[in-house]
Amino acid sequence: MLSTLDQYLPHAVAIVVAAGVAALVVFTFIGAAAFLFIWGERKVSGRIQDRLGPTRVGKFGLLQSLADGIKLVTKEDFVPAGSDKFLFRIAPFVAFCAAFTGFIALPFAQGVVAQPLNVGAFFILAVLSSEVFGVLLAGYSSANKWSLFGGVREAAQVVSYEIPRSLCVLVPVCIAGTLNLNTIATQQEGFFWNWYVFHDPFTFVAFFVFFIVATASCKRAPFDLAEAESELVSGFLTEYSGMRWSYFFLAEYASMFAMSALASILFLGGWHTGLLPFEPATAFGAILGNLVDVGVFILKGSTLVVVMMWMRWSLPRLRIDQVMSTCLEYFVPISCGLLIGVCVWQLYVPSTVAEGTKYVLAFGSLAFMGVTLVAAAKTRPTPQHAGAFAKP
Amino acid sequence: MIPLSYILILSAFLFACGVLCIATKRNAIGILMGVELVLNAANINFVAFARYVPGFQMDGQVFAVMVIVLAAAEAAVALAIILNFYNNRNTVDVDEATQLRG
Amino acid sequence: MTLDLALFVVLASVIAASAIGVVVSHTIVRSAVFLLFTLIGVAFLYFLIGAEFLGAAQLIVYVGGTLVLLVFGGMLTSGGPFQTLKVRRLEWLFGGLVALAIFAALAQVSLALGQRPTTDAPLPPGAGPLGVAFLTSHLLPFEIVSVHLLVVLVGAAYLARTRKRAALGSEDSASPPNGGTP
Repeated sequence: MLSTLDQYLPHAVAIVVAAGVAALVVFTFIGAAAFLFIWGERKVSGRIQDRLGPTRVGKFGLLQSLADGIKLVTKEDFVPAGSDKFLFRIAPFVAFCAAFTGFIALPFAQGVVAQPLNVGAFFILAVLSSEVFGVLLAGYSSANKWSLFGGVREAAQVVSYEIPRSLCVLVPVCIAGTLNLNTIATQQEGFFWNWYVFHDPFTFVAFFVFFIVATASCKRAPFDLAEAESELVSGFLTEYSGMRWSYFFLAEYASMFAMSALASILFLGGWHTGLLPFEPATAFGAILGNLVDVGVFILKGSTLVVVMMWMRWSLPRLRIDQVMSTCLEYFVPISCGLLIGVCVWQLYVPSTVAEGTKYVLAFGSLAFMGVTLVAAAKTRPTPQHAGAFAKP
Repeated sequence: MIPLSYILILSAFLFACGVLCIATKRNAIGILMGVELVLNAANINFVAFARYVPGFQMDGQVFAVMVIVLAAAEAAVALAIILNFYNNRNTVDVDEATQLRG
Repeated sequence: MTLDLALFVVLASVIAASAIGVVVSHTIVRSAVFLLFTLIGVAFLYFLIGAEFLGAAQLIVYVGGTLVLLVFGGMLTSGGPFQTLKVRRLEWLFGGLVALAIFAALAQVSLALGQRPTTDAPLPPGAGPLGVAFLTSHLLPFEIVSVHLLVVLVGAAYLARTRKRAALGSEDSASPPNGGTP
């Protein structure tokens, strides 16, 4: 895009315009994603709890988020007395900016990235971990004990979970030999057994550990101690209302998607379908192929987001000491072991064994998924089952 | 290309701010923040020289990484000490720290 | 004025303004917020002059780690909500004079360099060569820092542990949350 603009505009202006367009696209994407994810979350939770979810506004209640948004915009911008007003006002934007900046280095397809960075994986981790600051500030500045508890919990949790998260990211990076996300995804071209998740047993475990830890660092249930309604009113969000409140939600859904997208680049082959013997970008031409790639990538990311929602509505919330001990006693040692294991595997395991393991893991998990789906389809809840829960 | 002297002046300004922060704040954590500013100023110099001096490219970055790591370590230990001090004295005013006994 | 220079001017003014904010803020957490902006600005300055790895390291270590620790410390030791810091006039005067003198001296030296880089220097090496350097030519400092980090970890844990025991003895608070023996 930059080279096309260069023909019509001076170079400096072209760069500024290109940057503006990229920022606008990312912002629109985050907005649209949050719009749909909030609707999706309500639908998913509705299905899991045996109800319908939003149905009134638009087809299937699709416009529910719009109605909510209008309601939130028209609300009073309320700042509690006795709070630190300056910090209270900027906290939501700090959180949102962190989540937004993460998208800058996220490639959506081969070369479709706002700013290609050689240290992309590292950059995204770094930026997303600074989101905690917004929450901490919100908790502190509200002049409310529940908010403060929420903020401090969040800080302790995120700082602890950063360690296993970074170690898990290092596992595929060790195999790839680069921190450049574009290169990492390109290396997983071809069929799905080339994905790094099936590369060896350590990456296979690392994917699940990373996903759980990412859920925790996005402060999603079962790790949403920062806003635990049953203990802390709504934690750091207690004093927030209207637009500022919704910025926290934009940030939350944006970082959920960023984490899922990072997981799909590092472990699940990025924008590669894993099923086609050819590359869409070379077979269908640049524009159509890249569109297919972007679609596949967003689909993979959204699937992981839906899994996060599924976890949220299926599992009960942990206690704060359980959250901390899960991290420090299990995830940190496990991820250290994974990192050492993957290095040893690369150095000492003969290539025939490594190839074999790849296929065993890939087809094994495919078979497992198939068996689970068939079993789930067979045990459809009968009307008696459904009614059993309704009885007092 | 940004002239080297501009970056050096920025770092000098950060250094002066850090010194002022160390000199005026009584709160131990405020002093720690001043130290962080000073370390950042030094780091900016290292990185700028790594960028502009051909023979210093690797060394400058290595130094900068070391400074970042050691600053984090220093903050951790300093905070542990400050928290201990707060537990004993119920204040973090450095003027109160007149005894070696805890 | 090139784009690089324009971006530098914007970044430098953000960094400088927030550095002043750190100095003049009245509460410790506000100082920390301004320090946050300074550190983020410095990280982006590294990105601007081409040291990407350092920029990301600055973000993850300083912003994600050190600064959160500082704010934590500020909250735990504040003694009351939004406690303000007081500075005497005389202290401002002397501190300001010292700072001004240092700034003047350093700026003099920097300006003496003149418009030093006239041509484009090559970009500094990225994460790969840096990692190789750490394990070959710069192995000794790397090992020293590793041992230092271990010592810091043990030391900080030791200090925190004695603090817990003292608190338990004096306040007779509840047993530790994970049910271990106090």
